[in-house]
Amino acid sequence: MAILVDADTRLMCQGLTGRAATYHVGRMIAYGTHVVAGVTPGKGGRTHLDVPVFDTVRAAKSATGANASMLFVPPEHAAKAIIEAIEAEIALVVAVTERVPVIDLVRVRQALRGSKTRLVGPNSQGVLSPGLAQAGVMTTVNAKAGSIGIASRSATLTSEVMAQTTALGLGQSTTVGVGGDPVHGLSLTDCLTLFLADPQTKGIVLIGEIGGSEEEEAAEFIKGAKPSKPIVALVAGRHAPEERRMGHAGAFASGGSGAAVPKIAALEAAGVLIAPNAAKAGTTMAHALAG
Amino acid sequence: MNLYEFQAKELISRFGIDIPRGRVAGTADDAERLARRLGFPRYAIKAQIHGGARGLAGGVRFAASPEEARTITQQLMSKPLVTSQTKASGERVRWVYVEEAFEVEREIFAAVTIERSSGEAVLLVSRDGGTAVEANPSVVARFPLILPAGGGDATGDFAGAARAAGFEGAMAARAAEVFANMARIVAGLDATLVEVNPLAVTTDGRLVALDARLTIDANAMFRHPALAALRAQIQIEEGDPKELAADRHQINYQRMEGTIGVVVNGAGLALATLDMLIDAGGKPANFMDIRTTATSMDIAYGIEVILDNPQTRVMLINIHGGGMQRCDTVAEGLAIALRRARRTVPLVVRFAGNNADFARVRLKGSGIAFSEATDLADAVTRVMALLAKEAA
Repeated sequence: MAILVDADTRLMCQGLTGRAATYHVGRMIAYGTHVVAGVTPGKGGRTHLDVPVFDTVRAAKSATGANASMLFVPPEHAAKAIIEAIEAEIALVVAVTERVPVIDLVRVRQALRGSKTRLVGPNSQGVLSPGLAQAGVMTTVNAKAGSIGIASRSATLTSEVMAQTTALGLGQSTTVGVGGDPVHGLSLTDCLTLFLADPQTKGIVLIGEIGGSEEEEAAEFIKGAKPSKPIVALVAGRHAPEERRMGHAGAFASGGSGAAVPKIAALEAAGVLIAPNAAKAGTTMAHALAG
Repeated sequence: MNLYEFQAKELISRFGIDIPRGRVAGTADDAERLARRLGFPRYAIKAQIHGGARGLAGGVRFAASPEEARTITQQLMSKPLVTSQTKASGERVRWVYVEEAFEVEREIFAAVTIERSSGEAVLLVSRDGGTAVEANPSVVARFPLILPAGGGDATGDFAGAARAAGFEGAMAARAAEVFANMARIVAGLDATLVEVNPLAVTTDGRLVALDARLTIDANAMFRHPALAALRAQIQIEEGDPKELAADRHQINYQRMEGTIGVVVNGAGLALATLDMLIDAGGKPANFMDIRTTATSMDIAYGIEVILDNPQTRVMLINIHGGGMQRCDTVAEGLAIALRRARRTVPLVVRFAGNNADFARVRLKGSGIAFSEATDLADAVTRVMALLAKEAA
């Protein structure tokens, strides 16, 4: 089953003709992903990587039936490209781009309200459903189709936990990088909701880190959801120095201090199993599934 | 980018927000001269630092004459200012702001910020401003703003915010205008924080921003060339030269107090690696996150920075090769750095993920001696063993 991307995913790539896109989309095609279209304004009518290129997302969608879009668009134009995909009612948009201005992302969030689109990222490694489809720039060397869903704020820690769960024979249903920016699309909680409803997923690993309050929000959700699947959390940055505070507004806007220890405490109180460190996320999950 | 009060005030005044007249001084001589030229009956002399809670820490003083402005400036600049929002060693005071002191009737708190959890811009107001707001945060009212998807300024219930801040009648209309102007700064300057605390109601009925904090999104500098220039200048004057140089080499580097040099790709794995080292009793010499865009030459630079740190006694290379940053690029960078370095330290290397085997072969081929770790836990054990052997 997997979540977000699977064998039925028909992927388009916004910014396909760029250098990074050419490399990564090439890998995604080699992995078996159905890449059906590219979008580069002004380059419609060409083909690139044997994929037809269109001027707009709408044209690409109506010609190819694409239902997901992967963005390789520079930060200056990323928000506009995401909003174009939202307006064309693309069901899933995955954005890798780093350093998108936060105001642009606030506007994107405004466009997402009430829309038919789910956004992953930006500043995300993307989504991988091993053996089915890859909409992302992650390594697939240790990926194996299986039963663990991974929702993560960190790309390299996702690879780490992917390798561990593969070595233990568990494999992954889907791995999702929610992205490293303060304002982004899909949250850890959104991923949890999807994984809990996915029959292939037998256990879920949440990977968090310092900053923001997504882990606390996930803990709150888990308390209410009473999940039937084991959830393991790894939160990086327990020993990171506390961030310097600027003024008062940060403390009044909703959200915690951003420190790792209260995140871990909130998750533990919600019944989540805490991986004592990054080397033990896989074994913590294996014990939970065995017990 | 965090701006000083004097920079923030100049920028917000361009959006129609009333600020006291004032000038920035870099020396006590300057302060006296500027005060004389300004010719106010009473002056506020304000230490310029990035941390807040300055008033409570004695960073804002009042002078009745230019001579007194001079004495106070001397005192403020003589030592770092420590507040509840600075690090324990405080912040160096490089400038003071000399401005007109006001007779104030009432002070309120107002801020516009980007809220991570909701992904919205929000206006926060409280009828109690100044230091009172920190003592009693429950009185802060929150008004979500709308930043239209298609562009344009943030809109919201500014009139409601004015009422929540305790204004009535004509004053309420003027307060609402101040809040609307603050909201305009968000889109206008790509500000992630616009905080006016206090916003003072003066005895002659003006609304004046007595203090201001402004944070500008570093990712949006391409839209603001003048701010980009200011940022470059601030970085040169105040930044850590090693950290800045590393940044230009696509590496996030932060010096720490310990002895274990740490080279990792990805911030999450870097933090997790530090957690494991510290749990095992080790003390990292640095935080290092090699970004996906770093080349082998960039990585070589980063490793040289760690070897240049005299505190470094052992180095851990922990790389989980991804789709964008592969292990062999790091191996190549390491080989370059060690060829050039004036000294070397015992090395523990752990490669996993993309091109891990190739990277190990490459490293061995370049004749570098290293302790090869099989996984993350093994890497930490090896580092601690090397340190123990060194100490013995």
